[in-house]
Amino acid sequence: MTTRDGVMDALAAVYDPELDEPITTLRFVSSCEVNADGDVAVALRLPTPQCAPNFAFLMAADARNVVRRLPGVRDVIVTLEDHYTGEEINAALNSGAGFTGAFPGETDDDELEALRELFLRKALVARQGRVCAALIEQGATEAGIEEMRVRDLPDGPEPRRCLELRAQLGIPVGPDAPAFVAADGAPVCADQLQRWLRMARLIATSLEANGGICRSLLQFRHGLADDPEEVRR
Amino acid sequence: MFARNGDRYFVVDAHCHFWNASPENWVKGQEQYAKGWIECFHAYMGLGPAETHWPLEKFQKYSEEDFVKDVFEDAGADHVVLQSTYLKSWYTEGFNTLERNSKLAANHPEKVIVNGRWDPREGEAGLEQLEQDAKTHKLQGAKLYTAEWYNGSRGWRLDDEMCKPFYAKCKELGITNIHVHKGPTIWPLDKDAFDPRDVDEAATDNPELNFIVEHVGLPRIEDFCFMATQEPNVYAGLAVVLGGLMHARPRFFSKVMGELLFWVGEDKMLYGSDYGIWEPKWQIEGLLDWDYPDDTYSDYPRLNQDGKRKILGLNAAKLYGIEVPKEFQLADDTAAAKEDAQLVESA
Repeated sequence: MTTRDGVMDALAAVYDPELDEPITTLRFVSSCEVNADGDVAVALRLPTPQCAPNFAFLMAADARNVVRRLPGVRDVIVTLEDHYTGEEINAALNSGAGFTGAFPGETDDDELEALRELFLRKALVARQGRVCAALIEQGATEAGIEEMRVRDLPDGPEPRRCLELRAQLGIPVGPDAPAFVAADGAPVCADQLQRWLRMARLIATSLEANGGICRSLLQFRHGLADDPEEVRR
Repeated sequence: MFARNGDRYFVVDAHCHFWNASPENWVKGQEQYAKGWIECFHAYMGLGPAETHWPLEKFQKYSEEDFVKDVFEDAGADHVVLQSTYLKSWYTEGFNTLERNSKLAANHPEKVIVNGRWDPREGEAGLEQLEQDAKTHKLQGAKLYTAEWYNGSRGWRLDDEMCKPFYAKCKELGITNIHVHKGPTIWPLDKDAFDPRDVDEAATDNPELNFIVEHVGLPRIEDFCFMATQEPNVYAGLAVVLGGLMHARPRFFSKVMGELLFWVGEDKMLYGSDYGIWEPKWQIEGLLDWDYPDDTYSDYPRLNQDGKRKILGLNAAKLYGIEVPKEFQLADDTAAAKEDAQLVESA
């Protein structure tokens, strides 16, 4: 039997595609209910009613998919609250009509997936950059970084997420695969490392700043308590 | 002129607004969009200090008196550039049109510069309108929204072929400053309208024009930086970077500033308050007082007082041909300014 905690755990695997952070830590899940028959109702709220419908759709659809896979779950209703395209998105979501079904003639699902992939690649570079910079701080050399394999990566949420992203992008994740790769999956060589780190830091800054604005808007609109994410980084 | 701790600064607010989004200006049947748009802007105001927040009603339509007090008196703007945004499908008389902005400008001709707009999808009629607008309002700049919908089109790119006659027309008319909105947007649905890379080709092909990328491509700062670093005529418009991050997320603000200083440089960054989204005074004070919070930022370039003077006014003054009083000119620039003045005199 799936409990509310079980559903919330599952939702923690749904990421905002643009920010590469779980929708649960972003506080996008505004309510989650499970009844005795295994019917689940999840409501999502975004920082503004005008957040991009494409990303809104992806998060809501992903949320529905992870909950549906849980054992003992019967009906799943995911509702996007207080969004200017909420009606279209909610209807398409719960009938399985897809993004094109929500906005016929205005979009296509391939473009949406291409956009998602672009952001997975950005997120991968940003996160690897943080992992790599920490290793260099601890004394790793450029040549040593080039030599590193996946099996040499430290354990922790950030390296684990890097491997998840690689797997989603079809970039090898076996123990002998290079530890650090460029956005296209090519191994990072020692002589490109400084430039790659600069770019990774810039992408990370962009994602963090964007995420910061989203968090602040959500906090302001819903009168939420302070969110310590900036301290954590 | 803005005074702080005994120093005086020349201020050009290169990106601000004078809009009317009050309910009587909402198009019938489109109220939810008109309302949603302005409420979304209002939420952004929440990212500034609490004591500067306005009630929604004032935010929907602030008065000329408010503008004068907040922008000229309290924030000491010597010059402002008012951007024009039409959004006529939602707002009956437009959100902040050239006409509305010009009325404000007429009352403060020494201070207010009004920018126009164009959209290549309007073709020949658009070119004629631009010519007429340029003559009526003596335009030096235009604000472009590539993500706007028009007749079934869900946006356009600056490197589209149809833009070429518009760039030629801008050069002919002396419209040299092209402000491009590359920042938070709602439409189109799936195209990546944030992507600032189309500025690249347009800037390369039109070295006579300056491209000011407003909101630095947020949330695509990296694409903006990679592009801007290669193009001498591409500038960073700091509206939203200051208002949206400086108070709410100071550490991220410092990182973004560090990246912009590294990739784009202090000579190509322009202050813009985005008023009425945020009042300008706290933004200027914050920028003047700003430094990196600790030594984890030590490999970013520093921004000294001269750099801040450039960002706050001197860079924009160059783009808009604004004469800077001698006391505000930087030592290095005085010789260059004299040369420019001689060129103008002898022309």
